[in-house]
Amino acid sequence: MHGAKRVIANASRFDPSGRRGRRLWLAAAAAAVVAACSPQGSGDGRVTAGKFHAIDVTGADYGTDFRLADPQGRERTLADFRGKAVLLFFGFTQCPDVCPTALSRAVEVMRLLGDDGTKVQVLFATVDPERDTAELLQAYTTTFHPSFIGLRTDLERTRETAKHFKVFFAKVPTGSSYTMDHTAMTYAFDPQGRLRLAIRHSATAREVADDVGLLLKGR
Amino acid sequence: MNSLSFRTSAIVALFAVWVNGAWAQVTVKDPWVRGTVAQQKATGMFAHITSTNGGKLVAGSSPVAGVVEIHEMAMQGDVMKMRAIPGGLELPAGKAVELKPGGYHVMLMELRQQLKEGETVPVTLVIEGKDGKRESVEVKAPVKALTTQAAPMQGHKH
Repeated sequence: MHGAKRVIANASRFDPSGRRGRRLWLAAAAAAVVAACSPQGSGDGRVTAGKFHAIDVTGADYGTDFRLADPQGRERTLADFRGKAVLLFFGFTQCPDVCPTALSRAVEVMRLLGDDGTKVQVLFATVDPERDTAELLQAYTTTFHPSFIGLRTDLERTRETAKHFKVFFAKVPTGSSYTMDHTAMTYAFDPQGRLRLAIRHSATAREVADDVGLLLKGR
Repeated sequence: MNSLSFRTSAIVALFAVWVNGAWAQVTVKDPWVRGTVAQQKATGMFAHITSTNGGKLVAGSSPVAGVVEIHEMAMQGDVMKMRAIPGGLELPAGKAVELKPGGYHVMLMELRQQLKEGETVPVTLVIEGKDGKRESVEVKAPVKALTTQAAPMQGHKH
């Protein structure tokens, strides 16, 4: 749990409308990570250590669903993917580093799962809807795997969705352009559409494949 | 690790770049650029840079990009942050500095074209020596697939 030591763990409330609120978001999410990593779990009795490599967030009151458009303009929710394990990642396409790494890992996870790889649905929700058009998302995600689906919405609902998933993001000006800071977790849902795991960026494809395999077995 | 990255790394290994003039003190090895899809306006260049006498990587330019910056990516908790490095990237004398996914990169922004796997992208890096003199290094960086996987990201030490 190498990230835990740099965590500010005293914020539990946030105001997503402001910059400061976003900072608190980060702290709140980080605090949740610390709680989940401690042997006793988060205290609600539902977080169990040991079964999964990732952080078990089963029973969480956040991240229950989303309503986002695919590149064809169809509105998607978790119900569309029942029967599959869903891996949901928030990112942006102008990202040279963590986003391609996370999506490449997801490709490898599907490969490692063999026949069960077809029971995995990877979703890439953009936190940069101003630049990530439907066309760009479609080209980007399907370059990794033809089954991957890019999701987007307007800025307002992007903020609401991120808030609901405890995902931090912020625009950071650089030169004449901007980049995005964002939470680099992948969320895993079981075939019943329940949020189960928060997978850190440092997790290996093997670890994620093991965890997703368990979800597909109904664990 | 996908087979693609093995294939491309074999090709990339051939691209050891040496640079201009008798006074050149900087070598750039194994440069590569992450490929893009159409409409994508930014990507990263990675390489191993060594300055014989020490210096700083302070700027860059490329005909394919409107803006080039020297960036650092860092994980703070589970949040990815990417920043231009103020004052440039320190190059200790004789020590290869690795620009790779999960750390430093040369950020190519406002791309003027799609960068396709197999193409070569010219990038000029500007290194400032300890004496304040600036040296330009021409790099020809092969474009790898967008899907090129980084080395496993274990134990961030930022």
